[in-house]
Amino acid sequence: MEPLDPLFRRESGRMTAVLTRIFGVHNLALAEDVVQDAFCRALEVWPFRGMPDDPSAWLMATAKNRALDVLRRERTARTFAPELGRRLDSEWTLVPSVEEQFASPAIKDDLLRMMFSCCQPRLGEEAQVALVLNILCGFSVDEVAGAFVATHAAIEKRITRAKKVLAGSKYLFDVTHDGEFSARLPVVHRALYLLFNEGYHGASAESAVRAELCREAMRLAAMLHEHPLGATPASHALSALMCLHAARLPARIDASGDLHSLFDQDRSRWDGHLIAEGQRLLDLSAVGPDLTEYHLEAAIAWVHATASTAEETNWDRIVALYDLLLAIRPSPVVALNRAIAVAQRDGPEVGLREIHGIADAERLDGYPFYPAALGELELRSGRSALAREHFQAALALARNPMERRFLEQRLAACPYNKPR
Amino acid sequence: MNQYLFLYRGAERPTSPQDIQDIMQKWMNWLEDLGKKGHLKDRGQPLEPIGKVVTGKQKTVTDGPFAEAKDLVGGFSIIEAEDLAHAAELSKGCPVFERNGYVEVRPIMTM
Repeated sequence: MEPLDPLFRRESGRMTAVLTRIFGVHNLALAEDVVQDAFCRALEVWPFRGMPDDPSAWLMATAKNRALDVLRRERTARTFAPELGRRLDSEWTLVPSVEEQFASPAIKDDLLRMMFSCCQPRLGEEAQVALVLNILCGFSVDEVAGAFVATHAAIEKRITRAKKVLAGSKYLFDVTHDGEFSARLPVVHRALYLLFNEGYHGASAESAVRAELCREAMRLAAMLHEHPLGATPASHALSALMCLHAARLPARIDASGDLHSLFDQDRSRWDGHLIAEGQRLLDLSAVGPDLTEYHLEAAIAWVHATASTAEETNWDRIVALYDLLLAIRPSPVVALNRAIAVAQRDGPEVGLREIHGIADAERLDGYPFYPAALGELELRSGRSALAREHFQAALALARNPMERRFLEQRLAACPYNKPR
Repeated sequence: MNQYLFLYRGAERPTSPQDIQDIMQKWMNWLEDLGKKGHLKDRGQPLEPIGKVVTGKQKTVTDGPFAEAKDLVGGFSIIEAEDLAHAAELSKGCPVFERNGYVEVRPIMTM
């Protein structure tokens, strides 16, 4: 077995999606039990018989047989998927119906259905993301807790509650209903975006955990834009922005686990394949009248990805893109990033004025990169003592050892008592 | 070299996909390693967790399980080792221990 192939996690989402479609969303727990049974069966058999040639197919076939057993045994006691109706009742139609659900195009539909079902607006964004991770990505409660730097108890409560809401809805989300689909799609985009961000900027100290979150978000976003129903400009833009950001990951966190800002990254370590893929997706996103925040963020990332150095970056263009982004989705973090771009273009003094002019700056109170940005610009303006104060404030807010090391290095870069 | 039967007993079921992945990997690695070192006579077979017991002169048939869950045999392998102590030593790498299971090591009679 390839040690890094996350076979069981990946199959967990696929199998749960198919089985929930067959059993009905109210039987989500039953679907999860059947997945668990199939996995344990693999664990009992594979060590002795060896890995099957196609492990995914083996797991799916095992789940299918279990599902047929359950349907035959319990069809008088339980009601199953209302969508499949009476076809599960008679032996004549049972097997072909179940076979059909386990065919590969049906699985893709089921995954999409599950993704949209997890993103119930009633749940709140954090619960949506936790549910997506748990059901579609096969993360355990502990693994979700590790990703969010939250306690086991808090995440367990969040997931249990979310599953109750999901199981309480009568039907899985109907992805063929145009109006509902286009209303839910932005919610799904947002959840996947947050999942990616948690990996890219999140508080988890484990870089492996974070890379995994980015990878999962990219996998789900690709699943969305590769599906005929999900292939919208915004879906392409979302995937593009993930690719273009992920391309910088190898240089953002180096082999010794040190964080590097965009300005001092070794750009030769950026991933050229991901940049090319991001560019391809960005082109695909540029149709129709919609300009989403994902288009703008992807465009910003693209300008960075194609600049050979920080100095040669087209900062004018980046500031303009941030202006548009602020108009669509005003946020103090976006404003802070815009101010940093302005500083690159017009010098640190102008940048500082921009930072001090940010509306809602109090929302950045716990964000270490707010005082860090102030420190950086004060340092460049030659006010070393002031810069040091800001870096010290940033250090007090650092969320993990990696951020702490980074800020300590910036603090150490501030010279003592000699204004330049 | 003498032959020994390893009976894998009573392992608890793992719950998360990643746990299953990890334990599977350990089983594969452990058996592969035993094979490479020439200790694996036969990987053996897994056993279903159900069965029947036939007892007495009346040959009464009852449904299993006939052991507590913590003692249930999940599978067996045949191992080659110098002696019983060596065989027991070899069993120590088995992933069954991580899930509160145990290995019963039984010499196969040579004559």
